[in-house]
Amino acid sequence: MNSDRIVGIDLGTTNSLVAFMQGERPVVIPGEDGVNLVPSVVALDENDQVLVGNAAREYLIETPERAVYSIKRLMGRGVEDIREELKLFPFQLAEDLQAGEVIRIKLGDKTFTPPEISAFILRQLKRNAERFFNAPVSQAVITVPAYFNDAQRQATKDAGRIAGLEVLRLVNEPTAASLAYGLDKRPNGIVAVYDLGGGTFDVSILKLHDGIFEVVATNGDTHLGGDDIDNLLIRIALDDIRGDMNLDVSRNGEAVATIRKAVIEAKIRLSEDSSTTIEIDLPSGGHYARKITRDQFEQLIQPIIDRTVGPCKQALKDAGLNPAQIDEVVLVGGSTRIPKVRALVEELFQRKPHTDLNPDEVVVLGAAVQANILSGGSEATENMLLLDVTPLSLGIEVAGGVTDKIILRNSTIPASATQHYTTQVDGQANVAIHVLQGERELAKDCRSLARFDLKGIPPMPAGIPRVEVKFLIDANGILHVSAREQRSGKKAEIEVQPSYGLTDEQVESMILDSFDAAEEDFRQRQVIEARNEAGTILAALDKGRKSPAWGQLTTDEKKKISKLEKALNEVKGEDDYQAIRTAIDALNQGTMRLAELMMDRAVSSVLKGKTMDQADLGEGPEAPHPVAKAEFE
Amino acid sequence: MRAAHFCHACGKVQPPLPVNYFAFFGMPRKLNIDVARLEQEFYELSRKLHPDLNARAEKREQEWSLEQSSLLNDAYRTLKDSIKRTEYLLRLEGVELEEQSKSATEQARATGEIKKQVVPPDLLEEVFDLNMQLEGLRAHKKLGEDDPALIEEVGRQKLELEQKYEAQLDELKGYWNEWDKAVDAGDEADQRQARDKMVDALNRRNYIRNLVRTVEEVLED
Repeated sequence: MNSDRIVGIDLGTTNSLVAFMQGERPVVIPGEDGVNLVPSVVALDENDQVLVGNAAREYLIETPERAVYSIKRLMGRGVEDIREELKLFPFQLAEDLQAGEVIRIKLGDKTFTPPEISAFILRQLKRNAERFFNAPVSQAVITVPAYFNDAQRQATKDAGRIAGLEVLRLVNEPTAASLAYGLDKRPNGIVAVYDLGGGTFDVSILKLHDGIFEVVATNGDTHLGGDDIDNLLIRIALDDIRGDMNLDVSRNGEAVATIRKAVIEAKIRLSEDSSTTIEIDLPSGGHYARKITRDQFEQLIQPIIDRTVGPCKQALKDAGLNPAQIDEVVLVGGSTRIPKVRALVEELFQRKPHTDLNPDEVVVLGAAVQANILSGGSEATENMLLLDVTPLSLGIEVAGGVTDKIILRNSTIPASATQHYTTQVDGQANVAIHVLQGERELAKDCRSLARFDLKGIPPMPAGIPRVEVKFLIDANGILHVSAREQRSGKKAEIEVQPSYGLTDEQVESMILDSFDAAEEDFRQRQVIEARNEAGTILAALDKGRKSPAWGQLTTDEKKKISKLEKALNEVKGEDDYQAIRTAIDALNQGTMRLAELMMDRAVSSVLKGKTMDQADLGEGPEAPHPVAKAEFE
Repeated sequence: MRAAHFCHACGKVQPPLPVNYFAFFGMPRKLNIDVARLEQEFYELSRKLHPDLNARAEKREQEWSLEQSSLLNDAYRTLKDSIKRTEYLLRLEGVELEEQSKSATEQARATGEIKKQVVPPDLLEEVFDLNMQLEGLRAHKKLGEDDPALIEEVGRQKLELEQKYEAQLDELKGYWNEWDKAVDAGDEADQRQARDKMVDALNRRNYIRNLVRTVEEVLED
C-alpha cells in the first residue's frame, strides 16, 4: 500500500473526475471506458446494485425513479432549504423524514442521504484510480465550491469518509483552477477565476506572488449553474407540449428525462451553431420539435447569467480592486463554453478571458497539484502554496436575535478569533451558544450552523461571568468552536455538528458497509480482473493453435507453450491474483513468437514484439485488455 | 524574536507562545509600519507554518502548525490594516473602545440598551440639523410624498460627512507619529497623550461612519 499516493478529486454537479501528479504533470485518470469524465449520476438497478456514471445515466431515462443526478445541490441542506429545488428535479424524498433529519432520497425502494450518494461517485473514482495504479488508494483532496458553507463542506467530508477515503484537504474549486493555471506559467499578478459549473457559481480573486496563491476575495452562489438553464428550457418545452399537443407530461419522469437530455444537447450545440432544433420523441408517442436561434437562447438565459454579475462586483469591492487592476481572467466550468457567458465576463473584467484550459478538467488538475503539495511536493510544485479564505462571515447570536460576527468573510484561513460574553440574569447556569454563518445582521437571516449549551456556570450575578468563545476555521474551511467560562474554568468544547449534518455515529455506520470491505473488495476485484485476462489470453491461444502460424513453431516451442498454458489453467481458479498475473505474464512471454508470426500473417511485418492477446486481430473490443466489468456491492 | 516559532535545532514548528501580534512578527509596538515588508514576512512565515506544508508531520506538529498559522493570519490581517492596527494597539494599551459596529448598534436597538455614543462637540450643531432633516424626510416618506430639495440637501451633507470621514484618517496618522516618537523616547506621558488623541479620533471617525450609514438608510428606504 502506497500511502504517498494522494489523488485529487473534482466532485462536480454534472461530472466528476480524479487526477494525480504523474512526475511533474497532473493527469486525469480515465475510467474503464477510457473516458475522463464520470457523470455524477447514481442508479440502483433491479438487483439493488449501485451503478455510477454512464451506466447509471441510462436509468435516468428508462427508470428515473431508480436514478439521481445533481446530488451536489442537496449536500448539507435541510428539507425546507430544498423545497423550491425539488419542484424542478424529479427526486423523490423518503416518506418517513423527521424534522431536522438529514434528507434521504428514494432510489427504487431504498433511501440514501446525499453524502451516501456522493460517496458512491467517490468510490467509483477511487476504483478508477486503483485500477490505474493497480494499488489501493485511501487518501484524497476533494474540491468544493468556494461559496460552500460549513454544512456543505462537512457533508462533502462525510461523503469521503463513507467512500473509504481520508479527505486530507477540501480545496475551493476556483482556487484549485488557479493552481493548475499557475503551474507552468508561474505568473505574478492579480487573477480572477470565473467558475460557472453545472450547479454552482464561484468567483475568486487571487494575488499570485512567487508561487504563493493568495485568495483576496471570493463570492458566489451555490445554486446557480447550467442546471438552471436546462430547467428553463425544460419548462418551455413542457409548456409548448401542453399548448400544442394538449399533453401534460410534467409529472411523467421518463418524458421529463427525455426532454432534459434533448435540451442539454441543444444547449451545447448552440455554443457552436447559430440555431438548432430541439427534437423530442415522447415516450408516450408524439414528436416535438422547436427551432431555437442563438439570439433567442441568449435572451432566455440572460436573467440567469446576470446573476453572476453581483457576486463578481462584490468580490472586486471586497478585494479593493477595480476591473482594470485584474491581470488575467481564467474560465472554469462547462457553462463558460457559452459564448454569451464569455462576452459577459469580458465586459465585467474588461479583458478577454483565458480559454486555453479545458474548463471541465482544470479543477481536478489543480486538486492533483494540491495533493502533490500535501504529500511533500516535487520540483514542479516547489514553493507553491495556497492561502485561501473563508467565503462567509461566522458569528454567534447575541441578545435581541442579532448576529455578532466573529470572523469576517474573506479572512485568510486558518483563522481564529475569541469573543467574550456574559449572562443576562442573576444565577444563570447555562449559556446557549448559537453559531451562525452569513452576512445578514439578524440571526434568523443567517444560516444556523449549530447550537450548544455551556452548562454548569456557578451562580453569579448577571454580567459577572466571562464566557470566552473561540472560533477556529481550519485549512478546509471547517469551523471548530469551543467555549469556556473563565471565572470558573468551565469548558465546553464542541465539534460543530451542522444542523443538517450526519452525526459521527451515522457516518461511522455508513462506512462499515463499504470500508470494512474495501481491502477485500480491492483484492477480489484484482482476482476477477486477472481471471478475465487469463480467459482472454487462453482464448487467443486456442485461436492461435488453429492458425497456420502454429505450424511454423518448433516442437520445443509448442511444448513450452502447452506447459505454460497448463500452469495458468491451474492457478486461474485460485484466489491469488498475483499468481494468476505471473502465469499470464509467463504465457505472454512464451507466446511472443507465435504472436509475431500471426501478426506477420495478418498484416505486414511492421508490427513486431506484440503479445499474444494483442496479436489476435479478430473480433473483439479494441482495448488491450478486454476485461469484463467487475462491479459488486 | 521570530525564531521562537521554530525549533532552533531542527527548524520544526513549535507550539505558539501567548504573544501579541506585534511581537509575533518581531516588531515594536509602533504604528508606522512598512506594509510591503510585513507582507514579505507574512509570505515567508506562511511557507513554513501553513498546515499544507506540515501535512506529513506528526499529529502534534500538525496541531501546532494549525494554531501558529491561524495566529499568523490573524496577526497579519490586523496589522496590515491601518485602522485595525490602531484599534488593536489601543486595546493592548488597555483602552476599551466602544463597539461601533453595525451589529452592536442593531443589538442596542433591539434590546433597548443605551449605547454610549458621545457626539463630538464640534459636530453637535451639524448633527442636530441633520437629524431634523432626516426626521422631515422620514415624515415625507411615510406620507408617500417626495421632497427633492430636501433629498438633495441631505445628499450634500452626506458627501460632506464622507469627506470628513476620509480626513479623519490623516488626522489619525498624525497621532501615529506622536505615538511612535514617544515610544522611541520612552516618554510614557507623551504616549498616554497620543493614545488619548487616537481614541478621540477613532470615536469621531466611527461616529461619522454611523451617521453616514443612517443617512444612507433613510435615503434608500
